[in-house]
Amino acid sequence: MADHAAADGDHGHDHHPTGWRRWVYSTNHKDIGTMYMVLSMFAALVGGSMSMLIRLELMNPGIQYFADFQFYNVLVTGHGFIMVFFVVMPALIGGFGNWFVPLMIGAPDMAFPRMNNVSFWLVAAAFVMLMVSAFTQGGPGTGWTVYPPLSNATYHPGAAVDIGILSLHLAGVSSILGAINFIVTIFNMRAPGLTVHRMPLFCWSILVTSFLLLLAIPVLAGGLTMLLTDRNFGTTFFEASGGGDPVLWQHLFWFFGHPEVYIIIIPAFGIISQVVSTFARKPIFGYLGMAYAMVFIGFVGFVVWAHHMYTAGLDADTRAYFVAATLVIAVPTGIKIFSWLATMWGGSIDFHAPMMFACGFIFLFVVGGVTGVALANSGLDLAWHDTYFVVAHFHYVMAIAAVFGMFAGFYYWIGKMSGRMYPSVLAKIHFWAFFVGVNLVFFPQHFLGIAGMPRRIPDYPDAYAGWNYVSSVGTFITSASALLFFFIVWRTLTAGSKAEDNPWGEGAKTLEWSVPSPAPFHTHEDLPDLTGKQPAE
Amino acid sequence: MLGVLFTTGGALASGRAEPWQMWFQPAASPVMERILEFHNIIFVIEVGIVALVLGLLCYVVIRFNAKANPVPSTTTHNTLLEVIWTGIPMLILIVIAVPSLKLLYYADRFEKAEMTLKITGNQWYWTYTYPDRGGFKFDSFLVPDNELKKGQPRLLTVDNPVILPAGTNIRLLFTSADVIHDWAIPSLGLKLDAVQGRINESWVHINAEGDYYGMCSELCGVNHGFMPIHIKAVSKDAFAAWVEKAKKNFAAADGDARVRRAEAGPGAAAR
Repeated sequence: MADHAAADGDHGHDHHPTGWRRWVYSTNHKDIGTMYMVLSMFAALVGGSMSMLIRLELMNPGIQYFADFQFYNVLVTGHGFIMVFFVVMPALIGGFGNWFVPLMIGAPDMAFPRMNNVSFWLVAAAFVMLMVSAFTQGGPGTGWTVYPPLSNATYHPGAAVDIGILSLHLAGVSSILGAINFIVTIFNMRAPGLTVHRMPLFCWSILVTSFLLLLAIPVLAGGLTMLLTDRNFGTTFFEASGGGDPVLWQHLFWFFGHPEVYIIIIPAFGIISQVVSTFARKPIFGYLGMAYAMVFIGFVGFVVWAHHMYTAGLDADTRAYFVAATLVIAVPTGIKIFSWLATMWGGSIDFHAPMMFACGFIFLFVVGGVTGVALANSGLDLAWHDTYFVVAHFHYVMAIAAVFGMFAGFYYWIGKMSGRMYPSVLAKIHFWAFFVGVNLVFFPQHFLGIAGMPRRIPDYPDAYAGWNYVSSVGTFITSASALLFFFIVWRTLTAGSKAEDNPWGEGAKTLEWSVPSPAPFHTHEDLPDLTGKQPAE
Repeated sequence: MLGVLFTTGGALASGRAEPWQMWFQPAASPVMERILEFHNIIFVIEVGIVALVLGLLCYVVIRFNAKANPVPSTTTHNTLLEVIWTGIPMLILIVIAVPSLKLLYYADRFEKAEMTLKITGNQWYWTYTYPDRGGFKFDSFLVPDNELKKGQPRLLTVDNPVILPAGTNIRLLFTSADVIHDWAIPSLGLKLDAVQGRINESWVHINAEGDYYGMCSELCGVNHGFMPIHIKAVSKDAFAAWVEKAKKNFAAADGDARVRRAEAGPGAAAR
């Protein structure tokens, strides 16, 4: 990752910062993207260890390791926050978004490079604060959903939840600023000739995600601040005794929380489009449908939040609306799945590691998606709410599909980022080990949930022992594959073969493949002119 | 065998999960029966979609890999195809939505309830009140492992089960004395949050006498996993007789048990 600095030199613009100032004061989209990825990988080790501990406890009935149930609840909470806010979002948006949106649209950097720097360091600070909160006065044992009254000052006295709230505020500001940066960059800094209807689908995905962030995070921030004042300044927004309502928090949280899950998956959709089109050596089928399907998913994603609240006591007509609205999202999502398949149909496909992960994504996202369609039904949710069926569903779409998207992006773009290619045999082993591992962890959790096992418990009635054991065994395989991945990263960066500017051949048509590998510190200093050329999909 | 799987839930015992269970617990209420029926429709659709996508993916991988198809086509549009794969999912969603909404309204409430049970969530036990049987109430705590009798299921056994009459339409009212809890009985298709400052309402009709178990289903603190629910459904006559005894037993005694358990400290109830 340090190598790309050396390949500069064409424009007499060789002087760029060195040493620690290069990173701490960075205004370079590539360096900032790199820092996000390093943060994401580190956070993945922390969040992944937490899930390992949880599954170790759940491997057998009885309590083996975590007799302190508050700490167990803190692990559950920390695992959720870390994976969502400090692993997936930094990798997909902060990492790949920063690296490749400017490269793909022919821009020399983001619109606000210094604000980009602020966004990164806010996330780093937020991560530190979250870890601090976990070890402060018992830690936040509330789940990532932080529902009051459990999260208020009566039931979580001490500073842990307050520090957690401040951590989320920092991360939230980071995301809002980053969203503004991406929107302005994509709208204003596309090279001549690159209309929005010709820009790569990955750029569309970051654009849609940025709007979701811009509109959803302020609502979370509002709710968090109301919780903070309830906890510390005597307000009673979420307390019935003062005229408030705990369910109000749920509305505010999930108004953010549902778009949040689309924030997580839509950039992965963008990466998959790039990878599928490159390795099938065909342009994406139905480009406009794909772009506007993402827009539609993003838009409808804002009006379905209460499907997370079907058992809160909402009236039946309200729930009926949310059932109908939630089901609607299946249509644009289906359009995307079929379009990817239609892209591959008639193609000439090379199954390099990125493509293997992309195919894995398509299949496994559908598995997670159909359980989502099932969960959309309030009547069925009576059986499934707060059971492991929900845990299985969201891990399929987030921990499996989104992570497959991250790996696809890594293998696709690491040559461009570092100048070195990954070891291809090890990458394929990584794919299969991870595929087997995560399916072993999460598929049996459907059975546990259907049979009635609740979430967020450290021990369970003996009947649930069998599938819990299987799921935990899967964790060992997944962890081994994660270690293999870190070895692959190290091996790539230290001994990977030299990457060509375009290692992927005729299918790779987007602008990042026209610059050297590794990409120089400054790229597109002269704007490329794409007027009249083929669409850069 | 599949028929048994889909209609009864596949497990032989009633009211709780069996080892290695992969399906719902057998339905013990009309709501749960309808949930199972509706789920059968959904399940067929889910499996169909996954099979279709997997099949297409496998076909594409084999037929269009670089060796088998060295020259890629350039097709990027086919309006008919796009209309089909937009329209058919919309039809499927309507097929899902109609029975889904019927189930939603059926499960919501029952107008002519014959009795009412009020359920209050506490950290970390349930309180049951019988408002139209004189208003007596009692607490229901998990029985810890070291106090279980032979045959009593671990983490599901309570000291005072809820006694309810089978074959009766029962209105259920839920609230909480502290944080949000959730009263859930999988075999009855029942689940609703118990929230401080609100009274949530649902209903249940337990088809047959027997034991039905559930667990708290909303994170409520350290002992969230250790406040189960045990309903004992008895005949209407047995219920009436029990009510008479309960009015005397529980009128004065509800203070002591709670204090003794709470003082044992977090986690003690589970060990």
